[in-house]
Amino acid sequence: MTGAEIFVRSLIEEHVDVVFGYPGGAVIGIYDALHDISDIKHILTRHEQGAVHAAEGYAKASGKCGVALVTSGPGATNTVTGIADAYMDSVPIVVFTGQVALKLIGNDAFQEADIVGITRPVTKHNYLVRDVNELAATIKEAFYVATTGRPGPVLVDLPKDVMAMKTVFSYPKSVKMRSYIPHAEGNQKQLDKAVALIAKAKRPVLYVGGGTILANAAEELTAFARKTNIPVTTTLHGLGAFPETDELSMGMLGMHGTWYSNTAVNYCDLLIAVGARFDDRVTGRTDAFAPEAKKIHIDIDPSNISKNVKVDVPIVGDVKKVLQQLLPQVTALDTKDWRQTIRTWKEEHPLRYRNGKYIRMQHVIRAVSDATGGNAVMVSDVGQHQMWMAQFFRYVHPRTHLTSGGLGTMGFSLPASMGAAFARRDMPVISMSGDGGFQMNLQELATIREHNVPVKIIILNNGYLGMVRQWQELFWRKRYSHVEMFGPDYVKLAEAYGIPGLRATETHEVEGVVQQMLATQGPVLVEFKTVKEDNVYPMIPAGQTYHEIIDIPNDSSAPQTGEQESDLELVTIAKG
Amino acid sequence: MATAAETPADQAVHKHTISVLLENKFGALNRVAGMFSAKGYNLESITVGPTEDATVSRMTLVTKGDDAIIEQIIKQLNKLIDTLKVVDLTYESFMERELALIKIATTAENRPEIMQIVEIFQGKIIDISHKTLTVEATGSGQKVDAIIKMLKPFHIKEIARTGRVALKREFVGEV
Repeated sequence: MTGAEIFVRSLIEEHVDVVFGYPGGAVIGIYDALHDISDIKHILTRHEQGAVHAAEGYAKASGKCGVALVTSGPGATNTVTGIADAYMDSVPIVVFTGQVALKLIGNDAFQEADIVGITRPVTKHNYLVRDVNELAATIKEAFYVATTGRPGPVLVDLPKDVMAMKTVFSYPKSVKMRSYIPHAEGNQKQLDKAVALIAKAKRPVLYVGGGTILANAAEELTAFARKTNIPVTTTLHGLGAFPETDELSMGMLGMHGTWYSNTAVNYCDLLIAVGARFDDRVTGRTDAFAPEAKKIHIDIDPSNISKNVKVDVPIVGDVKKVLQQLLPQVTALDTKDWRQTIRTWKEEHPLRYRNGKYIRMQHVIRAVSDATGGNAVMVSDVGQHQMWMAQFFRYVHPRTHLTSGGLGTMGFSLPASMGAAFARRDMPVISMSGDGGFQMNLQELATIREHNVPVKIIILNNGYLGMVRQWQELFWRKRYSHVEMFGPDYVKLAEAYGIPGLRATETHEVEGVVQQMLATQGPVLVEFKTVKEDNVYPMIPAGQTYHEIIDIPNDSSAPQTGEQESDLELVTIAKG
Repeated sequence: MATAAETPADQAVHKHTISVLLENKFGALNRVAGMFSAKGYNLESITVGPTEDATVSRMTLVTKGDDAIIEQIIKQLNKLIDTLKVVDLTYESFMERELALIKIATTAENRPEIMQIVEIFQGKIIDISHKTLTVEATGSGQKVDAIIKMLKPFHIKEIARTGRVALKREFVGEV
């Protein structure tokens, strides 16, 4: 069997059902081997970055490993943003890149790039396959490394001549690496210490991160919170790990988190971090984060422990296993007073915006949340709408909130939603982008049309890079430097690609258009023309503390031309 | 501003010698060196070579940092997929050696004095010509520094110096 045939057979052994890719000279042999294979669906994206984000979306929505296949040189370098994105957000993907023939490596050959060198700092691990006899074992190892422990992207570089060489195919049954043994169960001594701290807590808070969803531990986490009566706040990636319809939910914390979750964290006496990494967008100034709290930290990656914030009880292990270990050892806490305090905070400082004649992004997000009841895979892009999606959509299931949180990659949403739609057919997949991010990867509209991928594409168009504009307004004396942006007629654009396009320009149209969008079979694009200037609050400015929190001002969502102050209607929403 | 005397013990910066065993695979040195530069850690010296087991390389690193940084360095080293074992030798009794080759311009007059210094440091003369003399010096980093310092007044033409290699000491007691 040739290397190319071994490659294809190995993917089948790994139960890969879809590959996002783009052919080229260095992988032409692999594409030839793919030609007659029906077990694997190959989706030709319109850009290699799109292929990697699609693989990420597939992985995030399904929990399985995403796969991308691209050619050497520019094909490989175009994957770097997606790989870095997957690295920051611990997304299990394997990226296969073509490479020039072994004897040409280092020769500045046509379409040569040292992709192993380039991606070393942004992959969990990477490989250059130099011998066809090592190919099958390397692929097996790549999937193993990507999906176990703290997941992450793995890159496998495949020289053209190696893929043409022949050997006997034998796929390893299992992987044993003496240098890589992921942690699983928590240390009993540490668990005992945690149980003792939990039993004594009067004002505990669960701070839940994306690791909980990666470990498929949402069920255990929910059981743990309900058994102990501990209120829950989630990070951006933790959204969906705990139902936001539950009274214990406080929504998201951090820079743009709810006022009450940040307040609860500030005054709590015990903080239990579950699969979260004390990111700077969560903590602000680290020495003032949860200053009164003892801290327990459950994480599979030992290097996350005490990296940013020193903790009292670290527990290294798989979140699911550790929670299963802890569950029988904890008892119900009397947190009635604490929960009552939080309830008061929710009533006094709910999330809110003022609705008027013209469309506020918050309103669109709420309309989608209400129309779907949370039964949708929401794929956000990066910027203001991303924060409002975290705030105003009510998440009830894990793996229904997909976003580029760590790297903050604009252009993520459209290709990632396409990947998610290949993984999930049980609920609608809804892509939401600003007009800036949408224009970064809109070439994938062609892929979506070609395969009739049923994504609902929402563009929240304010004609600005809204988050940068907000910072310029608040911190740079309103000097709006290069943030206003021209865009095409998005409805015509959609139609040019053969995708139905809808548009809403006034608030009263929003609910109807959302219904129409959800009722449309196959892909559909909706442009919401929104108010140009609006700010995301609450906000803890970067590097500051809870005490610098700016709650939503009452004159937020200022009247637009054609609106009267008196016509604006205050809308409030509290999570939980 | 805090003075050195007020710095809490765990925030004091110390030099650490860390020994790492790695799978002897393509690019292993790059992964370690790249991690140090990506994370902004100090790296004073790095040496790598084969061990008694041909599939394993030993890397010896000399780095500086406070306790929290050294803890992160060790965790990040362990996180690399090819890492088998990481030991911070600093808290153990260990042997360390560096090697330097020092080429000195000589004359008939100063040659005996140079040879005397080399002898005191138990160095070796490994090359001699009418105009030069090359010394091999081994020992702790401090000892190598010292011999270089003593030879400085003469005309040192070139120095080639290795990083540190180190192993844990098994002998317990006075040495």
